[in-house]
Amino acid sequence: MATTNLHVGTARSRVDGPAKVTGAAKYAGEFTAPDLAHGVVVSSAITKGRITAIDASAALAVPGVIKVFTHDNRPRTAWLDYNYRDQVAPPGSPFRPLHSDAVVYGGQPIALVVAESFDLARHGASLVKVTYAEEAPNTDLERNRDAAYVPPKKRSGIKPPPDPRGDAEGALGAAPVRLEHEYKQAIEHHNPMEPHASTVVWEGDGKLTIHDKIQGVNNTQGYVCSVFGLKPDDVRVITPYVGGAFGSGLRPQYQLFLAVAAALDLKRSVRVVLTRDQMFTFGYRPETIQTVSIGADSDGRLQALMHDAIAGTSTFEDYQEAVVNWSGLLYHCPNVKLGYKLAKIDTYTPSDMRAPGAVTGIFALEVAMDELAAATGVDPLELRLRNYAERDEGENKDFTSKALRACYEEGAARFGWSQRNAEPRSMREGRELVGYGMATGVWEAMMMKSSASARLTPDGRVEIACSTADLGTGTYTILTQIAADALGVPMEGVTTRLSDTALPEAPLAGGSWTAASSGAAVELACRSVAEQVFRLARQMDGSPLANADFAHVTFADGEIRLANDPSRKVALADAMRAGGAEALEATETAKPSMLTTMRYAAYTHSAVFAEVRVDEDLGVVRVARVVSAVAAGKILNLKTARSQILGGVVMGIGAALEEESMLDHNLGRIMNHNLGEYHVPVNADIHDIEVIFVDEHDDKASPIGVKGLGEIGIVGAAAAVANAVYHATGKRLRELPITIDKILA
Amino acid sequence: MNRFAYTRAGTVAEAVQALAADPAARLIAGGTNLVDLMKYNVERPDRLIDITRLPLDAISEHEGGLRLGALVPNSKAAYDERVAARYPLLASAILAGASPQLRNAATTGGNLLQRTRCYYFYDEGTPCNKRVPGSGCPAITGVNRIHAILGTSDTCIATHPSDMCVALAALEAVVQVEGPDGARSIPFAEFHRLPGGEPQRDTTLRHGEIVTAVDLPAEDFSGHYTYLKLRDRLSYAFALVSVAAALEMDGDTIRTARLALGGVAHKPWRNAEAEARLQGRPATPESFREAADVILAEARPYAHNAFKIELARRAIVRGLSQAAAGTPQSQTDKRIQ
Repeated sequence: MATTNLHVGTARSRVDGPAKVTGAAKYAGEFTAPDLAHGVVVSSAITKGRITAIDASAALAVPGVIKVFTHDNRPRTAWLDYNYRDQVAPPGSPFRPLHSDAVVYGGQPIALVVAESFDLARHGASLVKVTYAEEAPNTDLERNRDAAYVPPKKRSGIKPPPDPRGDAEGALGAAPVRLEHEYKQAIEHHNPMEPHASTVVWEGDGKLTIHDKIQGVNNTQGYVCSVFGLKPDDVRVITPYVGGAFGSGLRPQYQLFLAVAAALDLKRSVRVVLTRDQMFTFGYRPETIQTVSIGADSDGRLQALMHDAIAGTSTFEDYQEAVVNWSGLLYHCPNVKLGYKLAKIDTYTPSDMRAPGAVTGIFALEVAMDELAAATGVDPLELRLRNYAERDEGENKDFTSKALRACYEEGAARFGWSQRNAEPRSMREGRELVGYGMATGVWEAMMMKSSASARLTPDGRVEIACSTADLGTGTYTILTQIAADALGVPMEGVTTRLSDTALPEAPLAGGSWTAASSGAAVELACRSVAEQVFRLARQMDGSPLANADFAHVTFADGEIRLANDPSRKVALADAMRAGGAEALEATETAKPSMLTTMRYAAYTHSAVFAEVRVDEDLGVVRVARVVSAVAAGKILNLKTARSQILGGVVMGIGAALEEESMLDHNLGRIMNHNLGEYHVPVNADIHDIEVIFVDEHDDKASPIGVKGLGEIGIVGAAAAVANAVYHATGKRLRELPITIDKILA
Repeated sequence: MNRFAYTRAGTVAEAVQALAADPAARLIAGGTNLVDLMKYNVERPDRLIDITRLPLDAISEHEGGLRLGALVPNSKAAYDERVAARYPLLASAILAGASPQLRNAATTGGNLLQRTRCYYFYDEGTPCNKRVPGSGCPAITGVNRIHAILGTSDTCIATHPSDMCVALAALEAVVQVEGPDGARSIPFAEFHRLPGGEPQRDTTLRHGEIVTAVDLPAEDFSGHYTYLKLRDRLSYAFALVSVAAALEMDGDTIRTARLALGGVAHKPWRNAEAEARLQGRPATPESFREAADVILAEARPYAHNAFKIELARRAIVRGLSQAAAGTPQSQTDKRIQ
């Protein structure tokens, strides 16, 4: 069968766009149910210590307040830590809401007030009086560096740093050019537009339908069943729309636990929505202190590379991400030594945040490379080309594909990199110093096992079903495109249903693997349906396709046609009617090839070029232009793909210049816990961003040639901006975010 | 958020009476700050007195200047033709603040009465002398990057968040109030107060008093002005430092100078000596730097906000340069000029 590629590879508007802009799209906190009760969470005022008393009498005295759940009266749940471990839990002892009187981090949920209305619940929550025995919190990563340790248990799915290759220390000592600097990444919170929420609908007989803010409904279902001792048949999770997540929705969060506990206890439907402030009381990108040591010859060729990171984690879980591994991957270097340690602080456990580890590690590596360029007088782009890695030297594998050279070339040409005067502070316009900076981006091109189903009816309509989630990324649209092309029907004829545990199971939507994984599953399922309808077409009396081979037909315009003689054709509807089929269905599972995974390394790459303007007197930085050139295999939808990269670059500019959750170490509390004081870029901060997708053919990373785009857009963006700030000002800033005080210092 | 009673006032006298009668009552107009504070449990009013129906939403000629009714929305004030033409400094400052949606709802009187955006003030999980007098000020030893460098006390280092008020201070507006003892006028410089030992008091309003109007004097500085706001992003953030500069010029010589700073103190900050020193001086960076030195001589930094002193110095020089040159800072260009 040949596919038409009428839709795949073109620019298509989101199929879920109209529902979203008209408000028809319902998010987790917008579902309702008869007799719905509302829960509001009471957050701890202290960071560490014990709750000595919770006096809920004033709250309970308010008519309409139903119950106040605390550690004293919480419903019984599973005993073992194991039961609280969700699909992506790091090693350790998962946080259990209302488990005991212990307070282990600032803002920890300590009570849930349930009432007949949201307003009553909120009022009730304000009346709950809590007394504590407070202990001094320990939240300053800097002060815990000496206690850093190599995590004894590895987090599943996260590769620890590879073993050293060569003799990095020796080569560093002997290198003509040596650099060693420290780099810092601030704590960042995801801050998706949609706050976390769970609406738990009590269906009677202990059965629940749950609308939960989650990046994969199966993770919610598994967690709820395991913690509350329920059967999967009794817990259906449906979350058709997710209003942004960026990793914050990978793990079930405490509002889910609280809403389910209340619903089971009260035997009625309960909704719990977190406030924006409470969005700062769970996972985040961890603060990380890194040291990069580079040894090179005078031409900038790497002789030695050492990259060490110390990242904060909670006292109860060892969250891990791949921060330093990239330094063994991105460049050709014979002597590499990488290290990754954790230090425990009194915060919640960090969580994956868009390109976790890579954002942090690549910032350090790519600023260090810029420093090497400055030290050797080699152009930063030329330096990358001189050290280009043709193979993954960390794992000793070939790449499935790597068109990074094209990213460098096309990005540089579009940006006008050749106009850059190498000397810092050499370019200016009026009061503004002009700086050009660039960096490389890299992220894994992963594929996971995913199932999907396709169903064709004689009216020519196709229904696609898969439990994966569309986080706002375009998954609905690309799956619809794949199905439309595979079965030769218009996109309007395809309905795609996602995020329901009743649908064929997909992994969590994360890691940029959804397009490759669920996309491949949809294509397989459609192909299977195509084979079925083709068989019916061939069996028709006097069928023009009687002797045709499936390999030689095309599906287009609702017809099956012989590829080399399109006049020989059968309409899908005719074939189904002739065969008496009311519907043709198939559920298929796509899996990564173990052999390919063992033999090849699959990565997306990018080259990011940034122009900054820095007001010389005032230290105000603006990012005037960004060009991001991306190599990500086949691009399914040029429009949603571009949006993914734009969003990544904007988030990267935020990381570079604005985003920081500020901890008061005396109180152990994040203080700027709202969108007024936690700054993300606004429209006025964003100027021209140009996205280029370079040609990259990849037949190994996934069966459909796709590598994924959710994360690559952010990687390298902060380094490109920081390097441009250096070029503009001559000031090397190694701590993110680069705020006005650091420029002026 | 607590439960509260709701009253709608039909006249100013009714509003004054209701406010005076109940110490735990609060006025509500645009509600852009009060409702947030109630959600955070910082304000727990027993009663809200809705004043939005009072006839205080007109902009009118007054003694050669303009009178802005207390209920004039910020956006209406900024885009009013008379304000835009005669008091462009005020219009510019208003447009430097908040967002269009907030400016549509926020009122003139409410803008004067908005509370600090100090993190600790908003977080009931922490002590705060302004929120709970006597409970302490963790900002002094905590995260104080956004806090005051001038006029602080050992009980409070919060800043006043308004942009509009910085312009009103420079323009020497007059606040009209009505209270149980009748009406009175308060010069703008005396309306807001420094924290001293009573940081819970932001203004000199007496119990039961209501702001009814803000009067703009005839002297409008429409030829030489700027509102320069520096912050952590280019829009929708409170000022780290802002400068309202207003000059009367004789050629290249400064005849009159008004200079107010935002983001640096518990109130819009003015320094009479610095302004006096600028009089009769040439409009040069040297003159401006000298004025800045006078203002900042008494500045006191905390652990994270020392940069504000240097930033304020540079902002003053830039702001005065913009005003002298007649090239005010644009609030719509996506850049600092």
